[in-house]
Amino acid sequence: MSNVGIVIVSHSPLVAEGTADMVRQMVGDEVPLAWCGGNGHGGLGTSVEAIMAAIDKAWSEAGVAILVDLGGAETNSEMAVEMIGEPRAQKIIVCNAPIVEGAVMAATEASGGASLKEVVATAHELSPS
Amino acid sequence: MTALNLSRLITAAADTIAAHAEELTALDQAIGDGDHGLNMKRGFEALRSEADAFAGKPLPEALKAIGTKLVMTVGGASGPLFGTLFMALGKDISAAPDRVDLTAAFGKAIEAVAARGKSQIGQKTMLDVLQPVHEALAVGRTPAEIADIADLAAEATVPMKALRGRASFLGERSIGHMDAGARSTALLVRIVAQTIGEDA
Repeated sequence: MSNVGIVIVSHSPLVAEGTADMVRQMVGDEVPLAWCGGNGHGGLGTSVEAIMAAIDKAWSEAGVAILVDLGGAETNSEMAVEMIGEPRAQKIIVCNAPIVEGAVMAATEASGGASLKEVVATAHELSPS
Repeated sequence: MTALNLSRLITAAADTIAAHAEELTALDQAIGDGDHGLNMKRGFEALRSEADAFAGKPLPEALKAIGTKLVMTVGGASGPLFGTLFMALGKDISAAPDRVDLTAAFGKAIEAVAARGKSQIGQKTMLDVLQPVHEALAVGRTPAEIADIADLAAEATVPMKALRGRASFLGERSIGHMDAGARSTALLVRIVAQTIGEDA
């Protein structure tokens, strides 16, 4: 698929899965989508390993936009991108946007065939900076 | 540093993290999400279980492997932060570093941690311990002095207002508590200083 992929990373698997459900409702299967949440040991948190797997799952040659909730999700996502390394890393962007609204808006943009840059910009518009 | 004492150092670090896990969790519960002790313990137990394998590698590769293992096992924001510290150290250190090499590599590693956490000195984080330790290393303080400097530096995070991490959500209410990451950093500095001091 040539549409930009979306990855949702929350500390809570319930939040991540619920957000993914809302994205699916908007865009169906037109956008590669993956989510992860939880620390991998049954608790709240995020796991670099799980994030790397989610990026693989949602991978698109057009790139992948990652939506995160709190700080650790962002730090772990950036770490995951670094560990994936080039050449893929330059096509993966961690968005600064609210996770639910960001994911839905970014996916909607992506479903129309927008570029990674446009998808990310759409998510970023939701953030007061 | 010989292979034998890297293994001993990892074991000693895992012991000290395990012994202080509840204290670290309590510090993190006060102004964070309360998972720091458990997360660090998980990571350092993972290191302990492979201590001999790490010790069998040349120091730069050993440090990179230790950092990667911490990234994959600690979780929370501490995983990438402590992992980056060791990965960056491994990247810049020589196989048999003297104090000058170690100081230079440690400086680079601190910059990498600051970049990873988008943080700087004075924001109530592990950087507030790492930076004074780096300065002490640069001016040739003894390992015992460096361990004490690290403890004082962790203590000095108590009156700070958190500007990064979960504690920053509390604003003024973060004042009066020690940063858990600063405490665990000081614990690790003391163990490294003790091990190097004994070997010197």
